[in-house]
Amino acid sequence: MSNRAAVKIKENRKFTPFDIFLVIFFLFIIVITLYPFLNVLAISFNDSLDTVRGMNFLIPRVFTLQNYIYIFTKKSLGGPLVMSIMRTLAGSVTSVICSAMLGFVLSRKDFYFNKLFTVLFVVTMYVGGGLVPEYLLIMRTLSLGNNFLVYVLPGLIGVYNVILIRSFVEGLPYAMQESAQLDGASDFKIWYRIVLPLCKPVLATVALFVAVGQWNSFMDTYLYARDLKTLQYVLYEVLNETSVNIDSSRTDAVTSSVTPQSIRMAITIIATAPILVVYPFLQKYFVGGMTLGAVKD
Amino acid sequence: MKGKKKNVENAALMQKFSWNLMWKQRYLLLMSVPFLIWLIIFKYIPLWGWTMAVQDVRPKSFGMSIWERDFVGLDHFITLFKDQKFIQILINTLGISAIGIVLGFFSAIIFALLLNELRFIKFKKITQTISYLPHFVSWVIIASIAKAFLGDSGVLNEILSNIGVGPFKFMTTNGVAFWLICCLIDVWKEMGWSAIIYLSAMAGIDQGLYEAAKVDGANRFRRMWHITLPGIRPTIVTLLIMSIGGVLGVGMERQMLLSNGVVKESAEVLSWFAYTRGIGTQNYGLGTAIGVFQSGISIVLLFIANKSAAKLTGTKLI
Repeated sequence: MSNRAAVKIKENRKFTPFDIFLVIFFLFIIVITLYPFLNVLAISFNDSLDTVRGMNFLIPRVFTLQNYIYIFTKKSLGGPLVMSIMRTLAGSVTSVICSAMLGFVLSRKDFYFNKLFTVLFVVTMYVGGGLVPEYLLIMRTLSLGNNFLVYVLPGLIGVYNVILIRSFVEGLPYAMQESAQLDGASDFKIWYRIVLPLCKPVLATVALFVAVGQWNSFMDTYLYARDLKTLQYVLYEVLNETSVNIDSSRTDAVTSSVTPQSIRMAITIIATAPILVVYPFLQKYFVGGMTLGAVKD
Repeated sequence: MKGKKKNVENAALMQKFSWNLMWKQRYLLLMSVPFLIWLIIFKYIPLWGWTMAVQDVRPKSFGMSIWERDFVGLDHFITLFKDQKFIQILINTLGISAIGIVLGFFSAIIFALLLNELRFIKFKKITQTISYLPHFVSWVIIASIAKAFLGDSGVLNEILSNIGVGPFKFMTTNGVAFWLICCLIDVWKEMGWSAIIYLSAMAGIDQGLYEAAKVDGANRFRRMWHITLPGIRPTIVTLLIMSIGGVLGVGMERQMLLSNGVVKESAEVLSWFAYTRGIGTQNYGLGTAIGVFQSGISIVLLFIANKSAAKLTGTKLI
């Protein structure tokens, strides 16, 4: 026993070349992960004409807010920004409430339709109609084209999230629900007053995931609602515009001394900012969903 | 005794249908039936839409009932296979998938293995946190960064020209080069995130095994090879089976965003083709048929992968 402990201590103290290699390797990983973001950030705050001299830097060489002023005044980024915020709020609030409700109902073993409903929902995780039938449903059958509801309704329930919440509720002591039942509380009240407050950790994780998905979503705007532009869609337009339509951008640039390159970088930062700002603080919830799912499955 | 108790419990759960019971569970019903309706509309109606794969459906005939539309049998599938672009698109899809699976698995497993060996706990945490970050950034943003970074006069070429190499046409070379770029960008985005599942599997390995191996004189690499890797093998096999099922399901979003006029030929994948044919040219029947083809092959591949994994390693998904 003492021999084994001695071996352990000896091993823990000794740093082999392999340990040094690992540190260097992971420093390299950190650099290649962060450098592109920091570089874009620097370019977005750098004077456009100076950027043309070369983009390989970490802090702005000639600091300016011109790029940001330009995108909000000339490119009218305000509207898309509001649209992105609105769809993120509306989408995540409704989705979390609905998923929490359904997750609670499906956690109730005494519910007559429990098995049937669970199967019907879970099946849709594995088979889907595909692009064209979904497109026709939304655009033709429901006529939701360019309607704000197209950002909320199709993603109202995330089946994976429902399963996550259901597992969490099943882990809570059922006796609490039973005693509330004896006191005459309705099932809705039990959900609202007892289960929901206890579910905060899992709801935070689900909310975060839905919110990130909503904020990042691009395909639904592209397919269904090109009039309701979000930041992601504007960035897509700008990306394509500069590669196809260089001439008009160039005249733009001459009059305002802001290049398409700088405009793109500034919009990229605006579209990334909320995630970058929130990420360090809510980091544990970001990972929460993955591990919760892994443990319970 | 125990069995009897279980039977009683089961009997309590095996309720008979009665309106009385429905009334008792009215709140549970109210809290779930609306979502069932949502499910039918948004998930099961599109599934029913698969019938369009054997019909002639165009904007004009979409409003007709299913009996009024022209039944075309397998014509859409024949049109698809005869399409001059089809072979190229199938090769693109398979090529990108294969490279993506190989690079994705190797990078995530090696990343997890090495991170697991890192001794400085704080540094390990920070590295892991940073490595997840790109996963939460949208493809549009990644595309924008990629174009600034890997473009012909982008940052990387600038750095390389300082040491006298290049310039390289990272984003504008057709063929395998473009597939590789797509997959490498994907690795950059997802490596840290995919490693989570391996790291949590590694955390579940019995520490006693390592102690015993240490006493037996196994060095670190042997311990990684003989204990850690076998420990995460079931996880690897499960994920591999699932990814083989998705071989034809390469998403259109990433391909569309990373491509440009020059490389479109080698960027186009099946799901994108379904979009251009089905929605772009409004041949809804053909577009649906492409989707059905994709799903059908996926299911077949999933079963083959599952069967062979069960035979080879004893791990089974279904």
